[in-house]
Amino acid sequence: MDIRNRVIAILAEQALLDPSDVHEDMTLKDLGIDSLGVVESIFAIEEAFDISVPFNANEPLKSDFDISSVGAIVAAVERLVAERAA
Amino acid sequence: MTRRVAITGAGTINPLGPDVPSTWAAMREGRTAIGPLEIRDADRLGIRIGAQVRDYDEAAHFSRSEAALMDRFAQFAVLAARQAVAAAGLAFEGELALRSGVVLGNSGGGLQTVDDSYRAVYAEGRNRVHPFTVPRLMANAGASHVSMALGLKGPAFTLSSACASSNHAMGLAFQMIRSGAATVMLTGGSEAMLCFGGIKAWEGLRVMSPTGCRPFCATRDGMVQGEGAAVFVFEDWDHAAARGADILAEVAGFAMTADAGDIVLPSAEGAERAMRGALADAGLAPGDIGYVNAHGTGTAANDRTEAAAIHAVFGSAADRLLVSSTKAMHGHLIGGTGAVELLACLLALREGIIAPTVGWRERDPDCALDIVPHEARQARIRACLSNAFAFGGLNAVLALKAA
Repeated sequence: MDIRNRVIAILAEQALLDPSDVHEDMTLKDLGIDSLGVVESIFAIEEAFDISVPFNANEPLKSDFDISSVGAIVAAVERLVAERAA
Repeated sequence: MTRRVAITGAGTINPLGPDVPSTWAAMREGRTAIGPLEIRDADRLGIRIGAQVRDYDEAAHFSRSEAALMDRFAQFAVLAARQAVAAAGLAFEGELALRSGVVLGNSGGGLQTVDDSYRAVYAEGRNRVHPFTVPRLMANAGASHVSMALGLKGPAFTLSSACASSNHAMGLAFQMIRSGAATVMLTGGSEAMLCFGGIKAWEGLRVMSPTGCRPFCATRDGMVQGEGAAVFVFEDWDHAAARGADILAEVAGFAMTADAGDIVLPSAEGAERAMRGALADAGLAPGDIGYVNAHGTGTAANDRTEAAAIHAVFGSAADRLLVSSTKAMHGHLIGGTGAVELLACLLALREGIIAPTVGWRERDPDCALDIVPHEARQARIRACLSNAFAFGGLNAVLALKAA
């Protein structure tokens, strides 16, 4: 499974949805994932990809990790995985 | 006849100092104790700042056999209690010992003992831990050691409600004296969570600041943890007056509420009801209150919510109200925090000095209050509130009056 599908699977599990119902243009709010759900999803992403995600729940918009949409999260994870490999 | 409750002694060891005078001096000067964490395996932590009790030497205060039975949090509790009782000039003998007790707030128990023991069996592969691991880690150890050290034979227990533990404990002590269940209660709280496992757990929630504690500031980015203890002597007013005790302040009211909402996100409504309840219990109007020691953690959610609750309770009186969070100086002591913050209330009532909110940089329109930034301020305060709003939605507010 590629990064995109693995991230979508993690978010779908958090949202109690089928992965096929999760699309890149959706926001976490669209998925019904609240602030605690965000923190739990990021933990799952860190564990799945062995990366460290810079994210402070106090200022989510200022974090270096863009969570504005599913697609943004996929892109941010791809970048962190590439940086780890580099 | 309604009994009144006097505070006749105070003691502390916290990041600002090992006693009350040094803590008050730091609060007057607006000094912060937050700095780099010096703990084992700090290099594996994402959050590396905190407010530690530095240069602490247990051998200076306890014999080897005493220290072997006491986690850091319990040692802090005993040191603070000894100071408070010495200041109050009390000795617990005969009937008074039977009518005196201790109720302390604490959240993590002997977390350093837990951390060391898990490290030994899991990380180091050892098959035995220190024989006193259980009596060291139990959360009631602080209250028990205080009762033993001072001969308190009445009600004694530990109360746990996360960040509101100390305020709940002091509120219960107040109610027990007011109801006649006890004559003297030692009360406050103690915490020592600054160990690898303790910080690691908090890191996970992503509410800790990597940069510093800036309550009510637009640039705030989370809480910073501290450690330590403060303990007070709460005494039946008539008993205190009869022996000519120096009364530091009157505990006038207390209220506790539950948000019954979210396990971590606070509600303004729950906080508001707790403040209103404490005022009503004390027979005070919002306009009587000159100072509120805020919970003011420096998280995005708490400070915005607390400011909204203060505006709701105080209305137009909020314009004249002084509000500060001293956590930017001593850190968030979790289960011990309300106790150290009560020292700031005593400073306001006794000496008319409002401990400042240090670290503040930029106005947040969601926190439009006079938060006494940077420098202590002189003000005549007749009554104040001390707020504590815990994870789990548990709120506890104390109302104090000048003696």
